[in-house]
Amino acid sequence: MTLAETFFNLEVLKHSMPLLLSGLWMTVQLAVTSILIGLPLGLAVCMTRLYAPKPFRLIAVAYIDVLRALPILVVLIVIYYALPFVGVRLSSFVAATLGLSIALSAFSAEVLRSGISAVSRGQIEAATALGLNFRAIMGFVVLPQAIRLVVPALTSNCIGLVKETSLASVVALSELLKQGNDAQALNANPTPLIAVAFIYLTFLWPLVRLVDRSDAKANRSRANA
Amino acid sequence: MQVAVDDPIIRITALRKSFGAHEVLKGIDLSVGRGEVVTIIGKSGSGKSTLLRCVNGLEPFDEGSLMVQGKQLLFDNAVAMRALRQRVGMIFQSFNLFPHLTVGRNIMLAPTLLTAKTKAQAAEQARMLLARVGLSEKFDAMPDQLSGGQQQRVAIARALAMEPAVLLCDEITSALDPELVGEVLKVVELLAEEGMTLVMVTHEMNFARKVADRVIFMHQGRVHEIGRPEQLFGAPQTPELRQFLSSLQ
Repeated sequence: MTLAETFFNLEVLKHSMPLLLSGLWMTVQLAVTSILIGLPLGLAVCMTRLYAPKPFRLIAVAYIDVLRALPILVVLIVIYYALPFVGVRLSSFVAATLGLSIALSAFSAEVLRSGISAVSRGQIEAATALGLNFRAIMGFVVLPQAIRLVVPALTSNCIGLVKETSLASVVALSELLKQGNDAQALNANPTPLIAVAFIYLTFLWPLVRLVDRSDAKANRSRANA
Repeated sequence: MQVAVDDPIIRITALRKSFGAHEVLKGIDLSVGRGEVVTIIGKSGSGKSTLLRCVNGLEPFDEGSLMVQGKQLLFDNAVAMRALRQRVGMIFQSFNLFPHLTVGRNIMLAPTLLTAKTKAQAAEQARMLLARVGLSEKFDAMPDQLSGGQQQRVAIARALAMEPAVLLCDEITSALDPELVGEVLKVVELLAEEGMTLVMVTHEMNFARKVADRVIFMHQGRVHEIGRPEQLFGAPQTPELRQFLSSLQ
């Protein structure tokens, strides 16, 4: 068989399309849900890490450290396969969403923390001198600037999360990779997997380029400041 | 040495502050009257900025007491501190405008959040204040589009929006190119003429001579000399002040 017949087999591709599309839809749902939970959770963890009373701060540090040190695959497997032993049995989707969200929250918390520390002290002093309370200073002065600063890094984190959804195949979720793998086995032909790779590229490459460009723009504006 | 003031708007008594082992304010006694313009001069490290920042609580002090408009400064009481800061405005050496907000919104932020003003009322007030500092056309500009002098004038307008009883000015022209200093000092002079109580840490001796009611020379954490500008600049009593003044030539 030629290379094209092996890796770019149109017949097999047509046959696998329904499977792949359902997998893609699952991936999109998983990614969007995890991001919508993970980012706000990351903000909450960051605020706790920076401003809560000491015991809570320590818990936040432990939370962030553990999730940054553990492979996400381990987190997912523990949630899906180990938790049932203590009576917590979650569906694949919930387990995957939980694992991915908390991982994203830990990384985003650190990214936000660096953003917040980059906002100059003078800003906070000026806002304090005007009589604003902590919530107002955070909400109207610090976070708007901090978030703007870390959008490229947060987008990178989210791109990483979309890629990590492929790990959910290990917890029996029928996302894109798993469907592609199944189609490959079904057709004894690797074309579906190549198609999966292309689908990821199609979605994520534009985002990667966007992050690169906004990073460059941020560096230019910092240099001109 | 203390020039007596009846019913002062600021009364500082035996104020002490240390940064770690280093005592920066060694017992300050000072009163500022309503409508007075007081300038604080001295070498760097003499404690001038620290003293100023104690008045609005940006720096806590270790001993002594501080009263503003008859109310004690209670550092542990967050509500009281915020109320105090609404009555005492501050202008900083590095302007500290909020870079992500337009000039107009910079001025409007505190009034819309802290007073009963609606957004429309705050916007109108902001336009009025901008006109007062000579920047009417800059309402929608971003801070980074302005020169240093313009930014500082916006900072003054922002502080005035809360209608403070006292303005603290911490070397507000020290970070400006020389040709921009005048436009800022002109605004401050206008405020002084209108009866604003001003406490200014400054190196602008000519301004102090012209506008100040009293000049305070600080040296090594103490009020070393205090009096009218003519007295301090014309007839310095202590060698430290004489040395300081000659070093400025």
